[in-house]
Amino acid sequence: MIPIAFDYEVAESVDGAIDLLKENGEDAKLLAGGHSLLPIMKLRLAAPTMLVDLGRIGELSYVRDAGDHIAIGAMTRHTEVEHNQLLQEHCGLLAHTASFVGDPQVRHRGTIGGSISHGDAASDLPSALLALEGTFVVKGPGGERTVAASDFFQDYLQTDLAPDEVLTEVRVPKLGQNTGWSYKKFNRRAQDWAVVGVAAVVERSNGSISSARIGLTNMGSTPLRATAAESALSGADSSSVAEATSSADEGTSPSSDIAASAEFRRHLARVLTRRAVEEALSR
Amino acid sequence: MTEAPEKYVGGGVPRKEDPALVTGRATWTDNIKLPGMLHASLLRSPFAHAKITSIDVSEAKNRPGVVAAFTGEDLADEWAGIIPCGWQITEDQRTPTHWPLAKDEVNYAGDAVAVVVATDRYTAKDALEFIEVEYEELPAVTDLETVLDEGTPLVHEVYDSNRCYTWTLDVGEVDEAFEKADVVVKERYLQPRLIPNAIEPRAVVAHPDPVNGGFTIYTSTQVPHIAKFVLSGICGVPEQKLRVVAPDVGGGFGSKLNVYAEEALALALARRLDTPIKWVEERSENYLSTTHGRGQIQDIELAATSDGKILGLRADLVADMGAYLQLSGSLIPILGAFMYCGVYDFDAYHFECEGVFTNKTPIDAYRGAGRPEAAYAIERIMDALARRLEMDPAEVRRINFHEPFDEPKTQPAGIQYDSGDYNKTLDRVLELANYEGLREEQRRRRESGDPVQLGIGFSTYTEICGLAPSQVVNALGGGGGGWEAAEVRMLASGKVEVVTGTSPHGQGHVTSWSQIAADALGVDLDDVEVIHGDTAAAPWGRDTYGSRSLAVGGVAVHMAAQKVVEKGKKIAAHMLEAAEGDIEFEGGRFSVAGSPDQNATIQDVAGAAYLASDLPEGMEPLLSEEQIYDPPNFTFPFGAHMCVTEVDTETGFVKIRDYFAVDDCGPVINPTIVDGQVHGGIAQGIAEALYEEAVYDEDGNLVTGSMVDYLVPGAPELPHFTLDRTVTPSPSNVMGVKGIGEAGTIGAPVAVINSVIDALSPFGVTHIDKPASPFNVWSTIQEATGDGAGTRDADLSGRPAQATDNVDEQGGETR
Amino acid sequence: MRRIQMTVDGKAHVAEVEPRLLLIHHLRENLGIGGVHSGCDTTNCGACTVLMDGESVKSCTVLAVQADGHEITTVQGISENGEWHPMQRAFHEAHGLQCGYCTPGMIMASISLLKENPNPSEEEIRENLEGNLCRCTGYENIVKAVRQAAQEMQGSPTAAS
Repeated sequence: MIPIAFDYEVAESVDGAIDLLKENGEDAKLLAGGHSLLPIMKLRLAAPTMLVDLGRIGELSYVRDAGDHIAIGAMTRHTEVEHNQLLQEHCGLLAHTASFVGDPQVRHRGTIGGSISHGDAASDLPSALLALEGTFVVKGPGGERTVAASDFFQDYLQTDLAPDEVLTEVRVPKLGQNTGWSYKKFNRRAQDWAVVGVAAVVERSNGSISSARIGLTNMGSTPLRATAAESALSGADSSSVAEATSSADEGTSPSSDIAASAEFRRHLARVLTRRAVEEALSR
Repeated sequence: MTEAPEKYVGGGVPRKEDPALVTGRATWTDNIKLPGMLHASLLRSPFAHAKITSIDVSEAKNRPGVVAAFTGEDLADEWAGIIPCGWQITEDQRTPTHWPLAKDEVNYAGDAVAVVVATDRYTAKDALEFIEVEYEELPAVTDLETVLDEGTPLVHEVYDSNRCYTWTLDVGEVDEAFEKADVVVKERYLQPRLIPNAIEPRAVVAHPDPVNGGFTIYTSTQVPHIAKFVLSGICGVPEQKLRVVAPDVGGGFGSKLNVYAEEALALALARRLDTPIKWVEERSENYLSTTHGRGQIQDIELAATSDGKILGLRADLVADMGAYLQLSGSLIPILGAFMYCGVYDFDAYHFECEGVFTNKTPIDAYRGAGRPEAAYAIERIMDALARRLEMDPAEVRRINFHEPFDEPKTQPAGIQYDSGDYNKTLDRVLELANYEGLREEQRRRRESGDPVQLGIGFSTYTEICGLAPSQVVNALGGGGGGWEAAEVRMLASGKVEVVTGTSPHGQGHVTSWSQIAADALGVDLDDVEVIHGDTAAAPWGRDTYGSRSLAVGGVAVHMAAQKVVEKGKKIAAHMLEAAEGDIEFEGGRFSVAGSPDQNATIQDVAGAAYLASDLPEGMEPLLSEEQIYDPPNFTFPFGAHMCVTEVDTETGFVKIRDYFAVDDCGPVINPTIVDGQVHGGIAQGIAEALYEEAVYDEDGNLVTGSMVDYLVPGAPELPHFTLDRTVTPSPSNVMGVKGIGEAGTIGAPVAVINSVIDALSPFGVTHIDKPASPFNVWSTIQEATGDGAGTRDADLSGRPAQATDNVDEQGGETR
Repeated sequence: MRRIQMTVDGKAHVAEVEPRLLLIHHLRENLGIGGVHSGCDTTNCGACTVLMDGESVKSCTVLAVQADGHEITTVQGISENGEWHPMQRAFHEAHGLQCGYCTPGMIMASISLLKENPNPSEEEIRENLEGNLCRCTGYENIVKAVRQAAQEMQGSPTAAS
């Protein structure tokens, strides 16, 4: 459990990181908290020739009120997202979901930007960001661009990030008084990845649901939206949630492994979506 | 005059072991650094079964920092013998040739094929990538169901089948019992393979002794004494030239009750290169190359009357040995053979075990070793009988219990249980748990159709501990005695050294043995030092496993201390000019009966014995006595456990709400330590029931190859445990003690599974195999309720299939 | 090789290291701190837990170069003037350890927990120790020890370092 040797550079700034990525080609990888990358390097499943460490760029760690949204620096650690008052007040779903990532030690090191850039469909934050319709700020040699969460996750461990781009900021909307939310993570051990997870953001009006956004964890090669259930939930009330969420697994392609068959994952997605929406309605 | 010290035995004395452990100053094998020490790293086969057609270590050897690299062929001359099995269970038992490095053929994924020795572990590990090996893959044998079938490939081509041995035991008129039975219940149970997961991986340092010649082996083992003998045999180093030290050892659970290839390799490399060699296991290696546990198919059949009295039992096993026999591989299922009859009184019993080879990691002891499997089988089938007869599971047990007994009693498997009072533990657990209240809650939940159903599961187990009377060991084909050694030395200053042959790795022997000796000698606890785990300092021992340490080793300490007191009386009589018969000993003081002022402390007596200038005629100097204790019988702790589960029938998630355990291990030396042993045992039992399984695919790859996939549960997954105990002394030894190390692991798995089945019974579920994972529970409900469409698309190759709920049609393909 | 400097248990250390050197191996092999243990290699077991700037981290999943300039505290650095940390005392008194191999990691994770939540419930303790695996104790007495330490440390705020 020893990584293969690599070169290492500390990035002094985002631009510096981009330069280093550009100079060193595709085998250079960014190192944020290291809790997605280092485990696979120790297993020798990944062997980048260079790591560019973002850990010294202090200005990438922040949570700011940006008017209609909250801006979170990419190097903000999970534990800070989990406990941040601004997020707890305006975007409780993100803070809550961060509390499910790994374990306290992992949350002390792992970062929101690192987790998202890794693009693992089984990790918790990406599906929450889908349900929140978050956006990501990405910087590369050509300058800065903004990508919607829904456009970011492209395939298994593949994102919209070019090899020489750096994710710098995550933006999430402030949720209003009439917005309820929930994250339901199903796993066998608390420290584990989700077998299935469901993030729900539900807009309520006059006792019924005006709109709902559902993000699914580990139901395919990328985090997914449960669009069929979202449509069915529009206009539903608490008595019709069960029926409306019965299509939560539509359009998903979960894998089968020793934790669960694809069929069981589909079943869990339906049950957890119902429970998440019910909880969102009461929160 | 000082006050007599308090009695220590029976008190929860804080452990003397702890200061080094809580401050990070313990000496683990990997903490040992010696001048000139090199690091070894092993290349392991990625294939479960293959011929090695070529292997080339030359490029690895040329890497900077690499000192040497060897293949199995290169080291062939180092071995005087194979890695042996210590048990010849039947005369025709097959023990495959097993070299520390494979030469021509690999037989499981993880079998080591080459070793690199380098200046540090990073360099050694890197060099492995430069070894070229060509394999010719052979078909892998992975399925226990078909392993003995005609046409199944052979694990070892030198044999004509994959059978290792067939061992049978028949007591009473079994066929007759089944013929006259009103009901016969027949079930099939699967015992998944388990990975022991001591948190400290194995490690060894072999050190050529610069002073005395020979070698010192530091190794993370439960069995330094056995290792000394066995390593001598493998490496051809005369036994007197070997010293084996078990430093602090971070857990064992049976997995360090072995002598491994890596220990022999370290010794051979230290000899060959004439320098200290260290090898430290990675966890992924541990999963492949440290022995696994369990791995059986059990066909169990119970004959009973219509009012629930058992008439007879049949148990037929197929037991996976893995690719090779390690130290006790062939013994493990047989250790259980004597326990299938449990705590129940009947006359007719049949047992047959077919030990078989597969292309998987060798199986050996894992906490309980044969006995959890037996307890599981009998306690599952007792529940099945209760269901068949619509009786309460507590009641069906109660009417079959042996009557209370305090003298050895012959039981159906033909051995003698030492003592038992099974109603007492059952009554207490029912009371602790508020059984009636739980059944009431269960009724309410069932009636309301609550998606979360309540389950109540029992096990009333007994176990065989205190291994072992040497004659019995020998009768079972064992190659070593079951005795244990102790020496109690009063030093010149009046302080005490206790030398023990047990080798603790978490059990707290230093504290418990100090309590025993301090009480017997009437000295302060802190005046006692316990010496263990080093064959130079504690030369005689049979080590620690099988809940034997207290019932054999602790008793030996007690007996040696009594001998010290007896000799002390003679010296005191001489000093006090009294008759020996008039000397009384209490609280560390010898006094003359009727004249308490005429007295001498044991320290005074020890000093006189050391000075030796004025001893009784013909008496040898020193107050130091040895006891080699060979027990006349095993001990049989017992208990009643109850597991209360809440099963989410929508997701299949099983939550253990409460766990109640009432255990009887006889008199207790240290209740805090005993409770701790029960906690840990139950935790491992719950892990076995709900979380853990070593899953292989059909090519023999271990799918659960790390702690990411093999689910050792953490604190959030486990409940608070509610414990109590009863005390039924054993007539097997003078202290009446029985042992507690494995009780929890034996009692718990079946209590949990019975609880899950009980929770699911409204769905018509009568069977589920371990582990009752959410997927397993959900699939079981689907199948029972006929909603099973599409549940079989998981990649479950190598995994036990779900048995159906019809007891007569269970089975189908497994593994 | 890179030159790094870190404070470990109050002492400053400078070293030249390979970038791939894991913090656990730097502590164990270069600095001789045997109280940091490796158990799983896959960031599951927590036996290697140390504090980095006061927070629990798994030293098997941190590069030594990432710890450059930071302050590391191991189980060997929490006693003060020969007095055990209340958490060490509580583990001893509550019999929160058996073989002791997971114990340094458990103690460090528990100290970090109490810093963030000085008075956790039993459930919160269990949840927060999710990243530390013990094979001996069934966690019963570990939970008890952490509660005991929490009570004691609240009584004497100076001890809560």
